[in-house]
Amino acid sequence: MAILAVNDLSASYGGERVLGPLSLSLASGERVALVGRSGAGKSTLLSLLYDEADASTAFMPQDLGLVDTLSVFHNVYMGQLDRHSVLYSLCNLLFPLKKPRREIQGILDELGLGDKLREPAGELSGGQRQRTAVARALYQQGSLLLADEPVSALDGPLARRVMAALSQAYPTSVIALHDVDLALAYSDRIIGIQDGHIALDEPSGRLTTADLQPLY
Amino acid sequence: MLRSRTGLTTLAFIGVALACLPFSDLAITTLNPWQELERLLYGLLTPDLTATNELFTAFTRTLAYAFTGVALGAVAGFLLTTVFSSRLVRAFCAFIRSIHEIFWALIFLQCLGIHPLSGVLAIAIPFAGIFAKVYSEIIDEADPLPARAAPKNTRRLLRYFFTQVPEAWPHLRTYTAYRLECGLRSSAILGFIGLPTLGFHLEAAFSQGYYSQVGALLLVFYLLIATMRLWLRPRLVPVYLAAAPFFLGEGMPIIWGNVTRFVTQDIVPQPLREGEGWEGLQPWLTDILANQALPGIWNTLLLTQMALVATGVLALLAFPLISTHFAGPVRRTSGHVLLVIARSTPEYILAYILLQLWGPSMLPAVVALALHNGGIIGHLVGRMSDEVPLRQGAPTGFNRYAWELVPRVYPPFLAFLFYRWEIIMRETAILGILGITTLGFYVEGAIQEIRFDRAMVLILITALLNIGVDALSRRIRAWLRLKTRPTCEA
Repeated sequence: MAILAVNDLSASYGGERVLGPLSLSLASGERVALVGRSGAGKSTLLSLLYDEADASTAFMPQDLGLVDTLSVFHNVYMGQLDRHSVLYSLCNLLFPLKKPRREIQGILDELGLGDKLREPAGELSGGQRQRTAVARALYQQGSLLLADEPVSALDGPLARRVMAALSQAYPTSVIALHDVDLALAYSDRIIGIQDGHIALDEPSGRLTTADLQPLY
Repeated sequence: MLRSRTGLTTLAFIGVALACLPFSDLAITTLNPWQELERLLYGLLTPDLTATNELFTAFTRTLAYAFTGVALGAVAGFLLTTVFSSRLVRAFCAFIRSIHEIFWALIFLQCLGIHPLSGVLAIAIPFAGIFAKVYSEIIDEADPLPARAAPKNTRRLLRYFFTQVPEAWPHLRTYTAYRLECGLRSSAILGFIGLPTLGFHLEAAFSQGYYSQVGALLLVFYLLIATMRLWLRPRLVPVYLAAAPFFLGEGMPIIWGNVTRFVTQDIVPQPLREGEGWEGLQPWLTDILANQALPGIWNTLLLTQMALVATGVLALLAFPLISTHFAGPVRRTSGHVLLVIARSTPEYILAYILLQLWGPSMLPAVVALALHNGGIIGHLVGRMSDEVPLRQGAPTGFNRYAWELVPRVYPPFLAFLFYRWEIIMRETAILGILGITTLGFYVEGAIQEIRFDRAMVLILITALLNIGVDALSRRIRAWLRLKTRPTCEA
């Protein structure tokens, strides 16, 4: 069953076509890795997919979309803003309540950010900021994840830990990754983007690192 | 250079101001203006700080009115930002901010009497209109990405409070602190129309010729504003806010019957009140228009245009005093002191003092407006000029001023000046209360004759004039492609 399907999707920037037209269908339970050179159109594609996706979709843009003046707690809490009443959320904005605090603390511990709960996001390092955005996606517990380079600022082992956590929480996902090995390890299907078009669309099991080289 | 848009605009405005001169009364009428000035300067040099009790009350009241009024205005303005996309709300905010604090106070004094609420509301209402507009502009500039990253079904209000407002928070705070300084000035001048703030004591000391007391009041006021950074700590703000209402003083009790009468009878146009209906209204309105509104508008416009150009000239002359591109720490420090004094003295107080010294004419008003506004713009332009990178071996002295700096700071300078156009006009109207025949003169006259219906019509006309100038200024700024950040303008 398709959880997300788009037909003849295209995007232009300044009168010049940067993406498509392309069509794409995503089945429930499919983990897709988007690969390709930077500037190929991966970010544009993810953003357009998010426009089409339903309300329970978690979106992690490349620039993360963190609110620098708010604490890590608040940035993560934002993942569930649609689930609580206005009053409850406003209370949490002023005084973080115990229950969400405990849940978020658990997620942060798993990502190695356990001691940053109260830190303003603007004072974190690049890698910590990225993990905060990952924590927000994990806390959201949606049915589909659209993530743009979620681990680009993390080193090897940590990147794998974060990818593992994401794929465990989201059986269905489209994740843009420039790291070919990570892409092969954490997906069932690979879509290669070249000059705004789909240049490759194969199950990951049939591909090797060498097959993906022409895309770069 | 003169053929460019900025050049043409500048020439046009100078031309208009020059054309205003022959129609304006700019005479010095007092017999010995310089002797009075000498006595005032002597008073400033020998401030009488012995009346400590009175000084203390004057300042706690001034601070309390400012804090309470600005806080109420900020909260109301902030709440209004959530509905600011509505055209009706925007028009409402433009309207309430186009009426000067003093006019609001005159209205409230008539219905609430000399009660702290009159002063607090007089500050809170126009400030709410300004806060709503500037807060919205600041919040609109926030990065939209966090709002997009929140779940799709997030309610608009939560998206607003969790993403847009926190993003804008540091700017909102800076701007609010800046407005508090404006609130202090507004609070101080409310004393001139009878509320127990600084202006009240200043007027009393002046009229009795106690120049040393005038000196003390002014010096403490400058000190208060110059040291704001030291005492206005974020952590102390809640303390000040909690304490402020207790320092407002008692005032007279509000007589609610008066309030009702004011709203249901006093401000209803006379012909309607006396049952003459719409036929009676027309001659009544024509009379106000011909004999009060038109002369008032004419003089307000004359004074505004002259003051605007004088402000510009003064700002351009003043900014090198604080610019780091001109040598001399001694001159820069004294330049800073001069500009702080110029910009922290409300134009109303300056005009009041100059009127005492030179006698009633438009000259004291023009000079007062130019000093205050020129001080503000000179300060902003001076700071901006510090960011101009000069090449090595750039000319020095006057050539540096004329060839390197002025051309670069001219567009933002014009933006600041046009932004203040409306503010200068608001002030010009108010100065009428001091006896210069601008709109405020006729408003004050109508109030003294207990014709509040006429006063309201004249206040409405003043508001419309301000809204008109604001719109014109925005057009001109758009035509000149001028941009400024809202935080450093108003």
